[in-house]
Amino acid sequence: MVIGALLPLMLFLFPLWNITLEAPQYPIPLGMDIYINDFADTNPHDIKNINLMNHYVGMKYIPDAIPEFKIFPIGIIITTLIGLIIGIKANYKWFLYWFIMMVLVSAAGLYDFYLWEHDYGHNLDPRAIMKFTNPDGSVMGFQPPLFGSKAILNFKAHSYPQPGAYCLALGMALGLISYFVGKKENNTEKSKTSE
Amino acid sequence: MMIAGFAVVLTACNNIGKGSSNGALTSNAAERVYVAPGEHDEFYAFISGGFSGQLSVYGLPSGRLFKVIPVFSQDAEKAWGYNEETKPMLNTSHGFIPWDDAHHPDISQTNGELDGRYVFINGNNTPRIAKVDLSVFETTEIIEIPNSAGNHSSAFVTENTEYVVAGTRFSVPVPQQDIAIKDYKGNFKGALTFINVDPEDGNMDIKFQLLMPGFDYDLSHPGRGKSHGWFFFTTYNTEEANSLLEVNASQNDKDFIAAVNWKKIEEYVNGGGGTRMPANYAHNVYDDATHSATSTMKKEVLVVDPAEVPGAVYFLPTPKSPHGCDVDPSGEYIVGNGKLSADLTVHSFSKMLSAIEGKKFDGEAYGIPILNFEDVLAGTVKSGGLGPLHTEFDANGNGYTSFFISSEVVKWKLGTWEVVDKKPCYYSVGHVMIPGGNSRKPFGKYVLAMNKITKDRYLPTGPEVTQSAQLYDISGEKMELLLDFPTIGEPHYAAGIAADIVKEHSKKIFELSENKHKYATTSDANVKVERNGKEVHVYMTTIRSHFNPDNIEGIKVGDKVYFHVTNLEQDYDVPHGVSMIGANTSELLIMPGQTETFVWEPKQVGVWPFYCTDFCSALHQEMQGYVRVSPADSNIDLSWSLGD
Repeated sequence: MVIGALLPLMLFLFPLWNITLEAPQYPIPLGMDIYINDFADTNPHDIKNINLMNHYVGMKYIPDAIPEFKIFPIGIIITTLIGLIIGIKANYKWFLYWFIMMVLVSAAGLYDFYLWEHDYGHNLDPRAIMKFTNPDGSVMGFQPPLFGSKAILNFKAHSYPQPGAYCLALGMALGLISYFVGKKENNTEKSKTSE
Repeated sequence: MMIAGFAVVLTACNNIGKGSSNGALTSNAAERVYVAPGEHDEFYAFISGGFSGQLSVYGLPSGRLFKVIPVFSQDAEKAWGYNEETKPMLNTSHGFIPWDDAHHPDISQTNGELDGRYVFINGNNTPRIAKVDLSVFETTEIIEIPNSAGNHSSAFVTENTEYVVAGTRFSVPVPQQDIAIKDYKGNFKGALTFINVDPEDGNMDIKFQLLMPGFDYDLSHPGRGKSHGWFFFTTYNTEEANSLLEVNASQNDKDFIAAVNWKKIEEYVNGGGGTRMPANYAHNVYDDATHSATSTMKKEVLVVDPAEVPGAVYFLPTPKSPHGCDVDPSGEYIVGNGKLSADLTVHSFSKMLSAIEGKKFDGEAYGIPILNFEDVLAGTVKSGGLGPLHTEFDANGNGYTSFFISSEVVKWKLGTWEVVDKKPCYYSVGHVMIPGGNSRKPFGKYVLAMNKITKDRYLPTGPEVTQSAQLYDISGEKMELLLDFPTIGEPHYAAGIAADIVKEHSKKIFELSENKHKYATTSDANVKVERNGKEVHVYMTTIRSHFNPDNIEGIKVGDKVYFHVTNLEQDYDVPHGVSMIGANTSELLIMPGQTETFVWEPKQVGVWPFYCTDFCSALHQEMQGYVRVSPADSNIDLSWSLGD
């Protein structure tokens, strides 16, 4: 459980998510690594170049910082501390509560990410240089996929979790496993005492 | 006529009889030079532009042209010598010179092997040596050579790039003075210049000049391996004629190869030897951080009289006005290509050392000992060709010599001196080049012949037709002609190197954050227009797809307007260009992160447009702006804007 609680700290070292844009003119694709506290270039100047591409269709610049960069690290530290306290002091049942809490926190994070992506891809400058419409006449959005790959005009966008996310998931899984192991041990002990 | 026809038929049959391997063109030649779309060539070839003054970059085996690097000549395409930043690069003691004759490129070496950092090349007419930095493929330094004239036996590097060497072709009065031309003999001197190359930053500085007798110093090459520390120069006109040289300089049966022990002279000057002589020569340096060049006039040069350093210089008699002077990969053999004969003379370095030790001299010239021809001779290559000019080497102990008059490349074996193969060139080959063929470790594989004449080889283009190079495969026993391709200007010589050594270091962009240009505008917040009397400075930025500012008012007739344009892009291969109607100069072509400046002197009232000259993006055609020009006495203030 303790290891499970510590693993999400790897989010401070490794990116959570990555969005990569491929196009014929970019033999080395443009990429952005999303950390819990930063947007980073995969290769130097990638974000600047993504912004330059996106300004043609009226997308906003990817901001240097978003409020989440302050909230997420605090969230991760708090949940880790809770996990550690639970891991050292508390009953195995709390392991499950920690896991559920982490699922909720992660889901909230993903939902927040989705909202930002949606805004980024749909809240377009009405004076955009190039305006595209869907077959039904509505304004075409350029939202990158939350997970997976998607064709957006001349680009193919890929959106996939990175080692930070895997650490988080592994940590959560360890929390859940600890719960089941704890439960099993508890049952064994119970059966022992009942004998 | 009948006989001629008959002979042709016979020759044709003969060729068929010999089979395809002996034919002039191999059947699968196309495949062997084909580099599929998107694939890279195996070698870079840096081919001199001769009277174009530039250096072209080709791929081998495809023969595709990638870039023409401006060196000694103004190039409007790249604003070389036109923009304010690069004008100082073409400064000399004679003022701004927009042209030169670029002959012999040579790639920097470490431990006798090509290291791919720099290409050095000589300007022949107004003696200069240029350095091209292969991280940017741009000329970053040019140094003028004082006391020299017709800087031809240049620009060859020693095996750790300790020196790049520049020898004079013409001997001249040193220092220059007003004397009768007929007083040449004994009064004129030939300066051989050793330019020190800083191992860290590559900065060039003349270490010393050796003031040799008044011969013509034709070509040169460094010793390598065992002969490292020596440099060899061919001479002609040892007759010291000053007129009708084609006759008067062809009288001596033998001229000399001058063997110079530069390590000995280096020790001598390091110990305080030599004479500081007043001089005036330009040293021009381009800095990739400031994106600007500076020109400094140097006022002194250290000269050495060979008589002051006994044992530093010897003459090796070499028949028939030798042209090329080439040293094999082991450093043992020094080849004199006697251009007025059929034979190559090959000297032995170890025999030369024993002859020197045994003091076997055959007289002296101006105090310099002449060694006995037979004592230093290693062998003679009797090719049956005529007019040998230059030799390069493969990694398997073979030499490849160009024969100008008989128009062919001859392959021969080092040591046995036997001729292995001969192949015709179309026509009148000058230099040959094997990638790495002037180093301890030739890459081999191909020999490139650079021809002086093409006549009917290509579609005609009026009286002036293209110059060309021809590529031969040398991986087998016999050479095989694979490809003809046209070249820029006259290809005198080339230097080839495995692409892998160079391409990884090729810069993609200039970092905007490292831009130290005096007038750089690295963010839109700093865009401005400033007036200083009649001088106006526009601090402009450019990024897809606009200029900032793109509307400027308050310019007046008679102003001198400097457009300092910074390309804010940080993406690979996104340059922007700019030019202004009526600007008496070239466009700018600005690489990402770079700042360049052009000057515009408006002469007429009106509203005048400028635009991006490089198709940079989907909105390239929208990338334009206006400058309002008011009468000289108008009181409209400077103003500038972008958008509303």
